Amino acid sequence: MNGRVLAPGSADAIAIVLREPLSLWGGMDPASGEVIDARHPQRGKNLAGRIVVMPAARGSSSSSSVLAEAVRAGHAPAGILLAEADLILAVGAAVAEELYGVRVPIVVVAPGELALIADGQAVAISEEGEITLG
Amino acid sequence: MRLVIRAAEALRAGRLIPITSAHVDSCLYHGEATIDFVERLVNGAAHVSVPTTLNVGALDLLHPELWRGDARTAERGKLLMGHYRALGCTPTYTCAPYQLSFARPGLGEQVAWAESNAIVFCNSVLGARTERYGDFTDIACAITGRVPDAGLHRTDARRATVVLRLSAEIPLPLLDDDALYPVLGIVLGRRAGGRIAAIDGLPPGLSEDRLKAIGAAAASSGAVAMFHAVGSTPEAATLGAALQGRAPDETLEITLAELRAARDELTTAETGAPGTLIGTVSLGTPHASLAELRAVERELAGAHPAAGVELMVSTGRNLLAEAEDEGLAQRLRAQGVELLVDTCSYIAPVLRPSPLPAMTDSGKWAFYAPGNIGVEVIFGSLRECVRSAVRGSVWRDPDLWGTA
Repeated sequence: MNGRVLAPGSADAIAIVLREPLSLWGGMDPASGEVIDARHPQRGKNLAGRIVVMPAARGSSSSSSVLAEAVRAGHAPAGILLAEADLILAVGAAVAEELYGVRVPIVVVAPGELALIADGQAVAISEEGEITLG
Repeated sequence: MRLVIRAAEALRAGRLIPITSAHVDSCLYHGEATIDFVERLVNGAAHVSVPTTLNVGALDLLHPELWRGDARTAERGKLLMGHYRALGCTPTYTCAPYQLSFARPGLGEQVAWAESNAIVFCNSVLGARTERYGDFTDIACAITGRVPDAGLHRTDARRATVVLRLSAEIPLPLLDDDALYPVLGIVLGRRAGGRIAAIDGLPPGLSEDRLKAIGAAAASSGAVAMFHAVGSTPEAATLGAALQGRAPDETLEITLAELRAARDELTTAETGAPGTLIGTVSLGTPHASLAELRAVERELAGAHPAAGVELMVSTGRNLLAEAEDEGLAQRLRAQGVELLVDTCSYIAPVLRPSPLPAMTDSGKWAFYAPGNIGVEVIFGSLRECVRSAVRGSVWRDPDLWGTA
């Protein structure tokens, strides 16, 4: 499958499929990558080094900072796949690359295709936004 | 400028347009990345090109004695707030810049605002136009004075595509109570997600505080950047106006049962039943207006919070100055109310540690405080919160939510 690249980069990692939208601010601890949103069904799971599949974004405009800080701390997701474009996450990734030279690819994929990705599946993202399922 | 261009690409904008003001959220410390970023701007002698207000920071600069955290975080948080001042931003340090007469853009004005509740208020209640800008983009737009010509900056994107119709069974006393509005906001965020909804069936001419409560909660439970309240918000004089004369994609009914369920989900404590002991009451998220500060005084009716219960109200430093001018702040403090400015009680470590749950009238505080500061939350109306603080245990307005 192919998607629209919001933040370029490549990644090859295990997917974690979020069952509910998550605001990174108030939802993920950038010092560990852990989900801390008390109401989220996947509270306690770790997003660090995973391809995070997010059917929808939500919440705070501070999520750009939280993503950049997670990159600095070495606990950011390896990549993010979205069903809808999200400016807040795209800018967080752009700033992280500028400051730390680390790329977190963010790609928008058609919702029907995103639904094909299973939790725990190996996923590769290419520079061009091509997605390969393992 | 590179960040603004990146934003334009993400939003698929064909050009940039000028803005008249900005509201910047990047001054809240989230770790060293936030300092690394702003120091590039400060070292490059950048300066904002339009009037720019600042959102909350990590600590209350006017009342540093309230800080209970470690000294280094306070020092880094303060440094970050100062850096944004050095870029030419006005040190308002409030999440409710719309309460400041000098920072309210008019109908149709193009601006760049960050902070999810301020974005919703700006679009919905002021009728000024902003996209959902986040940290970094906000200051980039303020420096360049430009935004992508996309999304909510354009008239067609401001049309409601979904109608939320309040069921006729909603009791009149509930429609007339503050408690309904944050709960309605939670439902709006869930039902609308990132779409623009028109809420039909509300009393006309809702107060700005009630519209604030809807928007803040909706931007917590969903990615809501704008809503229409038919008969209250400026682009929704009628339902037809909110829909821009077209048919909605979907019309959904909001029942009393759905509202009650959303209200119950805002409570994370084992029980929020009358008599449950509480340790803390937190009000003023988003920052309390003068009307809300007066309501706290009215509900206290001369009483103090019970021994061992902390009652804290967050507001902006400009509003605190007004409240001090009229003697209101002094009276509240004399009655044991703690007033916090420049930050919020779920961001800064300011609340006295307590093993008991915290009570709040804010959908947003109820949403984020458990994850941010590790408290269990009980949701209630402002009246319920203040009267509970005085009793030291939960008091409920018996008929508010109907008798079922």
